[in-house]
Amino acid sequence: MITLAHFLSLGALLFCIAVAGIFINRKNVIVLLMCIELMLLAVNTNFVAFSRYLGDPAGQVFVFFILTVAAAEAAIGLAILVVLFRNRATIDVTAIDTLKG
Amino acid sequence: MMIQFNPADLIAILPELVLLGATCAILLVDLFLKPAQRDITHWLSIATIALTAFFVWRGAPAVGEGVSAFNGMFLHDGISVVLKQFILLTSGLSLFYARNYMRDRALWIGELYLLILFATLGMMLLVSAGSLITAYLGLELLALSSYALVALNRDSAASAEAAIKYFVLGALASGLLLYGMSMIYGATGTLDLARISALIGQVEHPGWLAFGLVFMVAGIAFKMGAAPFHMWLPDVYHGAPTAITVFIGSAPKIAAFGLAYRLLEGALGPLSGQWTLMLAILAVLSLAVGNLFAIAQSNLKRMLAYSTISHVGFMLLGFVGGSPAGFSAAMFYIISYTMTATVAFGMIALLARAGFECEEIDDFKGLNQRSPWYAAIMGISMFSLAGVPPLFGFFAKLLVLKSAIDAGFLWLAIVAIIFAIIGIYYYLRVVKVMYFDAAADDAKIPLPADLPLRWVISLNGLALVVLGIAWGPLFDWCNRAFGV
Repeated sequence: MITLAHFLSLGALLFCIAVAGIFINRKNVIVLLMCIELMLLAVNTNFVAFSRYLGDPAGQVFVFFILTVAAAEAAIGLAILVVLFRNRATIDVTAIDTLKG
Repeated sequence: MMIQFNPADLIAILPELVLLGATCAILLVDLFLKPAQRDITHWLSIATIALTAFFVWRGAPAVGEGVSAFNGMFLHDGISVVLKQFILLTSGLSLFYARNYMRDRALWIGELYLLILFATLGMMLLVSAGSLITAYLGLELLALSSYALVALNRDSAASAEAAIKYFVLGALASGLLLYGMSMIYGATGTLDLARISALIGQVEHPGWLAFGLVFMVAGIAFKMGAAPFHMWLPDVYHGAPTAITVFIGSAPKIAAFGLAYRLLEGALGPLSGQWTLMLAILAVLSLAVGNLFAIAQSNLKRMLAYSTISHVGFMLLGFVGGSPAGFSAAMFYIISYTMTATVAFGMIALLARAGFECEEIDDFKGLNQRSPWYAAIMGISMFSLAGVPPLFGFFAKLLVLKSAIDAGFLWLAIVAIIFAIIGIYYYLRVVKVMYFDAAADDAKIPLPADLPLRWVISLNGLALVVLGIAWGPLFDWCNRAFGV
């Protein structure tokens, strides 16, 4: 029997993987974008699980909005990535360190 | 609950509809304009903001009679009216400050205006949010437009780097905020802020609520730029074109206040005992990090970014009381900060010209010999940021300190005063460089002759003096909005 707790654990696990991915990743900015998407999907899992548990469709409506915004966010993120690559010829995370003071 | 469409709801969102419609019209008009005719887009955008401000003023509800539209999704009350007026004012100011700077760098394109107008629309939605969905959508409309604005200069490696940092950390903040929202939704079973507040006392799983609260506070702190979630702020302010820094350093701070107020007080007000303590810790860290790191900066934009962090800490002093008087003082503070920051950032944009960014503190050397008037305006803005009487920033600081002491946080007020005194050092360094250091060789080049820009920045600087002396009406307005 799969209960709400299982879904919440899955959501929390996905969220932790995403946050760890953002902070531990030292290689590639595209992996960062993937982690951001994973984070939003973890939130969506939570919302759908709660919505089903509570019998209230509002949570699923929120998920549609999050999915739409996530698509727009990915488009802008990739566009910025293209600008970065054209200027730097690299998308290595460790190379993004010229701004400091 | 029966969902019904009430045509009267459209009246409540009339200013947003006007702004949206006019922005879409400008989008189309701009397509058919030659680059030499960009002035049409410029003045149309400013007219749009003025028209929207007019409709906000016309539709302002009577004192204490806020209404909610669209089944509670959209709140139309005194607080949203004050915040919207100042969001529109500072967005309009940043349009004036952007024109000359962007034209010099061949960046004077229609997207600048469209993105700023859409970001303004997002901020207006955000401060009127009555549900977690509208809060999230308003926030993302603002955030996505801001990411693109920072990356507007496609040939600058610094801009691209600032944009990717802003994007990744902004998206992380949205993720944290959303995770908190999902927990709050799970605990209370509703997305409506007012109903969350009403149902909080009788939740089955208080653990979920506490979990959600922590994530939401972290997300809000990220968006505000409060330490220890501030690391994106100096890089973004530094890397973005100065004209864009004027915008992202001003109006979004007012919107961030609106976000914090709606989510923390509007939805989680009954838990204020828990979040005031978290905000007190954030305030102390922000004051310390902001003021101490600002001392070490040689770049003025970076220094002002750290100063922003310290001012966010000061604003949080108003929140820690958790009382309407405290929120009113915090709102007054954030208005005073944004009005002052627009002058400081705007002055960097005014003095810059093609090939010369004028963003190092040393670039201000001898400004007094070059132009006594602008040196005086910049000096006023620095003194106001430092909180020297009788300027605008002084009374704002006084009011938040008073509200923190009234709320029993005397230690916090003492910490804040100590850091404010440390902060005076780096503001005065700018004044010293302007008045007592000799100008560099290339300083003979005349100032840009963009008349609207020179007038607007002068009026903006003088407003800091006028509002510093006659701050009563504005403070009364803030108090009325919160029913104090």
